[in-house]
Amino acid sequence: MSEHLPILLVVVPLAAAALAAVIRSGRAAWGLMLLSAWVVLGSSVSLLAQVLREGRIRYVLGGWPPPWGIEYNIDLLSAFVLVLLGGIAAIITPFALRSVEREIHSAQVHFHYSALLLCFAGLLGMTSTGDVFNLFVFLEISSISAYTLIAMGSDRRALHAAFRYLIMGSVGATFIVIGIGMLYMMTGSLNMADLAELIPAERNRTLSVALAFLTVGVGLKLALFPLHLWLPDAYTFAPSAVTAFLASTATKVAVYVLARFLFTVFGVAFTFEVMALDRILIPLCLFGILAGSLRAIHQRNVKRLLAYSSVAQVAYVVLGISLVSVTGLTAGILHLFNHALMKGSLFLAMGCVMYKVGSVRIEAMRGLGRTMPWTMAAFVIGGLSLVGVPLTVGFISKWYLVLGAVEQGRWLVTAVVLLGSLLAVIYIWRVVEVAYFEEASGNGPGGEAPLSLLIPTWALVLANLYFGIDATLTSGIAGGAARLLMGLGGP
Amino acid sequence: MRILGLYNYWVFVFLMMVGFYILISRRNLIQEILGLTIFQTAVFIFYISMGSISGAEPPILVPGAEGIVYANPLPHVLILTAIVVGVSTMAVALALVVRIKEAYGTIEGDEIADMDTASEA
Repeated sequence: MSEHLPILLVVVPLAAAALAAVIRSGRAAWGLMLLSAWVVLGSSVSLLAQVLREGRIRYVLGGWPPPWGIEYNIDLLSAFVLVLLGGIAAIITPFALRSVEREIHSAQVHFHYSALLLCFAGLLGMTSTGDVFNLFVFLEISSISAYTLIAMGSDRRALHAAFRYLIMGSVGATFIVIGIGMLYMMTGSLNMADLAELIPAERNRTLSVALAFLTVGVGLKLALFPLHLWLPDAYTFAPSAVTAFLASTATKVAVYVLARFLFTVFGVAFTFEVMALDRILIPLCLFGILAGSLRAIHQRNVKRLLAYSSVAQVAYVVLGISLVSVTGLTAGILHLFNHALMKGSLFLAMGCVMYKVGSVRIEAMRGLGRTMPWTMAAFVIGGLSLVGVPLTVGFISKWYLVLGAVEQGRWLVTAVVLLGSLLAVIYIWRVVEVAYFEEASGNGPGGEAPLSLLIPTWALVLANLYFGIDATLTSGIAGGAARLLMGLGGP
Repeated sequence: MRILGLYNYWVFVFLMMVGFYILISRRNLIQEILGLTIFQTAVFIFYISMGSISGAEPPILVPGAEGIVYANPLPHVLILTAIVVGVSTMAVALALVVRIKEAYGTIEGDEIADMDTASEA
């Protein structure tokens, strides 16, 4: 049983998605989602423990040996991302129950959970597979269901946002297929471990073009500046639970895929020494941090504000990766995990506001510090974490990021990272000021959000504090994964 | 001759650019979907060309036959998957366009963007 965990992780939500679509009961579909989320969390934790104990797990599908058959490959990095996915889903699903009942038409609720499960299965598959074409298939499973999920938002602008995302996302996915095709032409293999051995560390035109297509394609998926244009509208108009889920999982898995391609498939020597990709990625990340944070300051809709902040935060993650050092990668992987925790808790807090007030515009936040003290306290702690205040997770990852930049004497990078934090203070403060220092507007039923929404929100907030105070577990794993990606050994 | 011999790759690049140009230049949602579909179809040709070997037979094993060069079936199988993905993407896109037409009364991207800006203000 336990040797089949890598595939069960994907099959359970996939099968549950099919069931949820046919049972026609929103509650039952939610039960399936909850069950699969906790099953996935349990199995991913056990996989992580196994990887830490015994090293990388290779699972061969259907008994066809790689490189001919499809192989699932769980190493320290993928196990870490799997635990993150399982944890986020396990926390957001209880929140979704009441939030979705309020925001989505009752006839669509079971389809909503079906799409959410499909998206979840796709993300899990992308993380665990060791085959590049299989990765593309899972990417499309998660993307197509994400378009549907976003279109379920109650505002009609959700439809337009979903359409824009569909067009850009499909272009990205097609770029990835072209890149994979070129890899196959040159090597005759689709297996990541096999590709890693076959790709030479020297200039080759087809491989260079493949790297370019893959980087741009994955860049579209992870909203790397300037390919982020789909993200703000999609996050703003999607239902609250969907925004929280996508913001803390989808872009994170895309970053994971980028790291896999750059480090595992192409290898450090080809990507960064022959192609010098870091010379392109680092400036883009710096622009992304500044542009995302500056745009966030001017937003009137808090969900859109947080969406622009996501553009900046994802740039931090990619920045860490493109420093190409163990410290930089540790920072990137840590921030991937930590940013999921902070954006998850911030978007869940906005979900509570949406549930009670019916709007997430900044005017609607007046006086919420008094009428919804727990929700706004969650928002404040999430915001502090975003800024990078000590005792929160944001501090840990920014600390490593600054260390990584200083280590290489990159003072401009250090300055932009710190400036980005200052800009975060400004946009978070705008919300805090309205919520705590302005009189209540008097509309809306008032009162605190129900416990079924508050408990999941606070679970993520407490995770922000816990991993901010005791970071030995997360930074240990991230450090191990970083050494692995740099080719310095480890599980 | 070598350049002409790769004519199917030229078709791939031409179709890809045609599709991509339509996608970028058109603001009508249906035309955007058409552009996307042409763009994706170009990639099908790319994969199908990849599997071909000059003078090769279809990859069916016949007992006793020796020394036959077979075409590579794997890219064809791969692209079958991508075709299915393309069809489902188009289905979702068209469904979205129907819903957008119901909600906005138009499928012109510029008009929709104007209405979005108006409701933001």
